[in-house]
Formats: sequence, structure tokens, C-alpha cells
Amino acid sequence: MKKSKILMIVGSLLLLGLFAFPLWNITLEAPQYPIPLGMDIHINKFTDTHEFDIKNINLMNHYVGMQYIPDTIPEFKVFPIAIGIMVVLGVIIGFLGNHKLFLAWFVLMCILGTAGMYDFYMWEYDYGHNLSPKAIMNFKNPDGSVMGFQPPLFGTKDILNFTAHSYPRTGAYFLFVGMMLTLVAFFVGRKEKKA
Amino acid sequence: MKTIFKSLLAITVLSMVLGSCGKGDSKKNGALASNAAEKVYVAPGEYDEFYAFLSGGFSGQLAVYGLPSGRLFKVIPVFSVDPEKAYGFSEETKPMLNTSHGFIPWDDSHHPDISQTAGELDGRWVFINGNNTPRIAKIDLTSFETTEIIEIPNSAGNHSSSFVTENTEYVVAGTRFSVPYPQKDMPIKEYKGNFKGALTFISVDPKNGAMNIKFQLMMPGFNYDLSHPGRGASHGWFFFTTYNTEEANSLLEVNASQNDKDFIAAINWKKIEEYVNNGGGKKAPTRYAHNVYNEETHTATSTIKEEVLIINPSDVPGAVYFMPTPKSPHGCDVDPSGEYIVGSGKLAAELTVHSFSKMLKAIEQKKFDGDAYGIPILQYEATLAGAVKQPGLGPLHTEFDGKGNAYTTFFISSEVVKWKLGTWEVLDRKPVFYSVGHLMIPGGNSRKPFGKYLVAMNKITKDRYLPTGPEVTQSAQLFDITGEKMEMLLDFPTIGEPHYAAGIPANLIVPKSKKIYKLEDNKHKSVVKTEAAAKVVRNGNEVHVYMTMIRSHFAPDNIEGIQVGDKVYFHVTNLEQDYDVPHGFAVIGAQTSELLIMPGQTKTNIWEPKQVGVWPFYCTDFCSALHQEMQGYIRVSPKGSKVPLTYTLDGDAVDAE
Repeated sequence: MKKSKILMIVGSLLLLGLFAFPLWNITLEAPQYPIPLGMDIHINKFTDTHEFDIKNINLMNHYVGMQYIPDTIPEFKVFPIAIGIMVVLGVIIGFLGNHKLFLAWFVLMCILGTAGMYDFYMWEYDYGHNLSPKAIMNFKNPDGSVMGFQPPLFGTKDILNFTAHSYPRTGAYFLFVGMMLTLVAFFVGRKEKKA
Repeated sequence: MKTIFKSLLAITVLSMVLGSCGKGDSKKNGALASNAAEKVYVAPGEYDEFYAFLSGGFSGQLAVYGLPSGRLFKVIPVFSVDPEKAYGFSEETKPMLNTSHGFIPWDDSHHPDISQTAGELDGRWVFINGNNTPRIAKIDLTSFETTEIIEIPNSAGNHSSSFVTENTEYVVAGTRFSVPYPQKDMPIKEYKGNFKGALTFISVDPKNGAMNIKFQLMMPGFNYDLSHPGRGASHGWFFFTTYNTEEANSLLEVNASQNDKDFIAAINWKKIEEYVNNGGGKKAPTRYAHNVYNEETHTATSTIKEEVLIINPSDVPGAVYFMPTPKSPHGCDVDPSGEYIVGSGKLAAELTVHSFSKMLKAIEQKKFDGDAYGIPILQYEATLAGAVKQPGLGPLHTEFDGKGNAYTTFFISSEVVKWKLGTWEVLDRKPVFYSVGHLMIPGGNSRKPFGKYLVAMNKITKDRYLPTGPEVTQSAQLFDITGEKMEMLLDFPTIGEPHYAAGIPANLIVPKSKKIYKLEDNKHKSVVKTEAAAKVVRNGNEVHVYMTMIRSHFAPDNIEGIQVGDKVYFHVTNLEQDYDVPHGFAVIGAQTSELLIMPGQTKTNIWEPKQVGVWPFYCTDFCSALHQEMQGYIRVSPKGSKVPLTYTLDGDAVDAE
């Protein structure tokens, strides 16, 4: 089998790692939490880093009127299907061996990934800004606007007594490496064609 | 920060003062002593190397300290009520203090001992004896809670207790007072020959630690003072010191000090166990309480048992021998190899050490010196391994460092003396302040001592601390025993009067220590696991409030329809599942204590309102920034009032959430 085909097939199969490993993680540090609170985000669920972390994040957040982290969100139905389809599509395209389709798959995956990140951002924004009017504590920014508690999309940010970290996890690395392989597959395929 | 420096300075100065008066014989002591502060300093946020469980003596409890810092972490309620933790006040824990004499709110706790596997500390449980109303308690070292108490029948002054065998097959309880057996109304002066001393062997289930009295050995009417198990080669034997072999019943300080030698009783429990397993012994009627705390229901139950298996020494030939030991021996300590048994004759001029192998040989060669009530007395010279000459005055207890050295406390001369096993030479002596009783080296009663620190526990402190009126604290003093000479590092006050203690490396306990109780595993009969399930139910004049607590409110927090004369049960569940977030519950005029409820736990107390009005309740443990808001009201109406029973949170019925 041609090298490009193998790369394309392996690259798309690596996306299956998303079913086994968390995609993202948000961790909250505070003086009272020497063992930080954390939440892993998978493509189909939220899980505790340590048992009961999500319950305890909710308990902390109720003081500033934030909503509870839901047990499930609609995305958890869509994401696994989308990833599943892309894997199957990637493998089929890999067998077909047309390197232009490799690129098309990669571009489509980039669009889907960006849409996913945008969706995640919107959820985070709502989570951090849609506060209960009966919130126990209200905080204002120096400019007088209501302080939000949105965790960073990527990186580290101080929110009151908490330091919030938002970083990719193993699943995201599978996705990244897989996508890179499909891009390499395109270039290798093009070279093979010329040769 | 300033205080830290101040106390550091204080410790340094103190130890220099101590060092200079305690080591007059050494020229290098200045440099050594100034090191003491460093050796006991555990920086903020750092952990101590050892746990030390010090008996609370007449407080009835067990104190948990860290070594080398001497910091107190917890007082575990065992035999006495503790309003702080609702122990003996909450409906769930009242059964723990039940006995054949009814509910007993106090005892005198003496000798903690940590469970062992293959002769080494395994850190599963601590056992401790209640001296006054004879009982043995078991403390679980995952929760640091008392989870079982068994009463000892036919016993009085449960003092030669609660030591474990090397695989925790048994925890042993011996009676200090001999008493009529069975108990009856008889003249005290007919003591001699009629009173008996029961030695009780309590089996421990290796899986869950469940205790059960396997048998009681009915010994002659002496006083059984202390005991220790054989180990290694002597595993299968247990040794008890006796005094008052004169069998005096009055003015014992004189009349029990007449015999030149009393005995160490050597009991071959393996032999008796075999006899029992083959159907030996006689079942006798009795009454004793067996109290068990169930961690899933968070509730204790008390069962009265009515039978115990009695063994007479004459029934099992070759199982019991007496080794003569000078002058009312107190401590009875077995070295890590199991070969040497040290008997500390309180009034003797020297310290007697018996040899286990010589004892076996003497038994084989029948080197007897008569008998006492049919129990063979071995010839003194035949079992003697050696004696420590002129060791000090008033020897009490000995521990071992695992490096061939023994350390004995001397009450009268107020010192700890280090001596060498085998050569019996005195290597070092250090004064203690004052009148030391027990001493403890972590693992000192096992095959594997951790010979780094020694804790001496003193009965008298006089001028050692800031005075607090006529009653002053007792104390513990910490020695570094890694060098040739002992070095005093620290002294710290203790709760009650510490008798024995048990120490263990922290790393054997820390990973197993529970952080919370899981709410989903809570099987309390009155648990409510969500606010929606909270409710108030009337049943005649009993009202049951099924309440929840979570930062920072109770559900329900407004209750109406209670009447004067009602008996109100508050069954309160802490819904938290976060480490170190207990909540408290207190209601005005309650004739019980507060409830202090750990995450995932349910506790119950009873409130009997006597006055009409609107009465508050609140959280007693500062739980969050809004702890002061964690409160509620109960409306109490006159008896027969028409006010309906309602319960709300934020004006809504609780289940409307």
C-alpha cells in the first residue's frame, strides 16, 4: 500500500482516541483547595478529576450565581457522531487514495474543529456571564460593569480567589496528531503522484 | 511569623536550659542542645514523621499527636462522652457506652496498642482498655473513630490490657482486682482462696476486626498488673505480671508488699486455644455488652451477651506457669526477639530479666519450686537470664529500640535508663520531669521497633509549665535515641494522664485516612440524600425532622407546628462531599450536645421544647463565608394548638425545589 494511504488511514483512525481520552480540562486552584478542583471534558461527557469535583465546583460557583454544570449537553450527542463519521470517511478516502480528497477531509475537519471551539467558547461565556439575579455575591469590574467568571478558552486566568487553568488533554493530542498526519498524507500523496 | 520566631526561640532557650541541667556529665552538650529545636521543628504545612496515640488516662479518651513536633491533632472519644463530637449524646453513639451496668459516660483509658501482622505494626486499628468498668475498645485508623467496645465480664480494674498478639489473633484483657467468681454477696475478708482473677482472650477477625471473647482463664486471686505477648520464638505465649500474691484485701500498700517475690504468669494461649477449639471449657452464664458502630448506617448497636467460656488452668496441663519475680513487678515487657521478658519489680533493687528459652528448658526438666493453686512455680534461677544491677529506683516499664538496647522508666528516681540486652550494663540515664510512668518507642511492642524517638510520659509536672491553679497538666517528653546517649528534645502537655502510648510511622496511616463518607453509601435509617426528600413527620407527640445541610443552609429552615411537650428528633444529613467541610447543628435549650456531622454522615439528637416561642437553630462549625447565615427557626406552640405542621425553605415547601 502507498505510504500516503497508510498515513491517511492511520491519521483518521487516531481520532478514535477521543472516545477513550478527555479532550480538554479545566482546573481551579484556590488556597482552600490544596488538591485543586478539576473537570475533564470528553466528546460525550463531563467527568470529575477527583471524585465529586464537579459537585464542589457547583457549590463554589453558587456563591456568585453561576449555573450548575449540567449532567449533559446537546453537543455530547453531536460530537461523537461527527467524529465517528469523519473517521469512517477518512478511512474510506484513505483506501481510495486520492490525495486531493485528503486535503478536503483535512479542511473539513478544521472547520468542524473551529466550530467546536466556538461552541465551547459560547458555552463558557454563558456559563461565566449568565448569573442569577439573586446571586449571593456580586462583583464589579473597575469600569463598573458586572464581573464575569468565564474560564479562559486556552491558558490560565485569575478569577477572584481561584486560578483557572484551561488546557487540552490526551484526546486533543490524538486529534491534533491525527489531523497533521492527514495533512502529511496529502503532501506525500501529491509527491507520489508526480513520481 | 513573629509568633513562630518567638516560639522557636522559646523552644531553643528551653532546650538549652534543659540541656545544660540534664547533661552535666557531657562537655559537648551546648552544640547538641541547640540542635534540639531543629530536630522537633516541623515547618508549617509539613507532616510529622510519626503518629503517637497517647492514652487519655482519666479523660477516658485517646489523643493523637505528631512526632517529633508534639502537636495535638485529635482527641478521639472512646470511653467518655464528648459533647464536641456528640459522642454519647447523639442517638447513633449512645449505644457505644452501654454496659451491663447501663449507660456509663466515663472511664479511665490506659494502654493503646496498634494491630500487628507477622509481628509488625500494620496500622489497621488501635485497641485500648477502659480500666474502671472493664472494656476494650477498637479504633479504626481509616476514620479515627471508635468502632467497637466489648465489656469484659468477671473482671474488675481492667489493667493488664489491651495488648495484641503478633498477628492480632487476640487482644488480651487481664483483671487488676480479683473478685468473687461468680460475683456474689460475701464477706470481703474471705477473699483468700475465694476470689479469682480472669484473664480474657478476645479474638479479632482478621478481615473486619470484629471482636469476640474466645475464653476467660480463671486464675488465682492475685492482682494482674500488666502483660505483653510473646513474639518470634515465644509467639503463642502471653506474660502477665502479678502482685498481691499475698491475697490481701486491705491496706495493700503494706499487706501486698510482704512476699519477697511475686510472679510473672506465662500463659501458653496456643495450647488453650487448641483445647477450646476441641470443645474444651465450660460455658458459664454472665452479662456483658458488645457495642458495634457500623460505618454504613453511621449507627451503633449494643447487644447484651449472656454466656462466656471459662477455662480453669488445671483443665489444660502445661498451659500455665509462674516465674518468680522480685517485689510486686509492674511492667512486663518482651524484647523484639521474643527471648527476654523484663519484669520490673517496683520495690526491687534490680531489674529482673527472664529468658524464654531457659523457661522452656526449666519446664522440660520440671525445675519446679512447688505450686500455687496447682499452677507450677518455676525455680527463680532456672528462668533468670540476668539482672540489671542498681538501675534506679522504682522501675516501671521497658521498651526496645531494635538495636539490642532496652529503655526502662524509674518512677521514684524520675529517670529513663538505657541498658544493653544480654550484658545488662547500664549505658545511659537521663532525668525526666517528673516521675515518669510509661514510655513509648514507635513499634516498641513489636518485632520491628522504629528506634528513633522515645516518649516518656510523666505523672507530675509541678513547675514545668505556666501554673494553672492546683490542677496542672501531665506531660510527655521526647528523646532522640539515635545516638549512644539519649538527648531530650522537647516536652509537651498532654490530655488527662497518659499511661501507655503507641506510635507508628505516618506513612502506614496517611494513605488510608478517609476524607469523607460517601453519601451514596449512607444506609442510616433516617438519611435524606436530597433537599427534595427533606420532611417533617409527626407521630403522636414524636416529631421527626429529616433535615439536610449544605453550604450554607439547612433544608427545611423554617418549621412550624411543633408543640410544647413534643419530642423532636432531628435527623440531620450533611450533603457535602468535600474534604474538611463538616457542619454543626445546635438548637436552643437542647439538653444534649451539638451535632458535628461529617460530609455524607447522618446524626440524630432529641429536643424537647419546654417553652412556647420561636426558637433558633444554627450551624456550629464555620463552614463557609456565609456560615453566619446558616440558621433557621422552629415555632413552638402550646400543647393542643391548631397550628399545622409545615416546613419550608425560602418560603417554599422544601420538596418544591
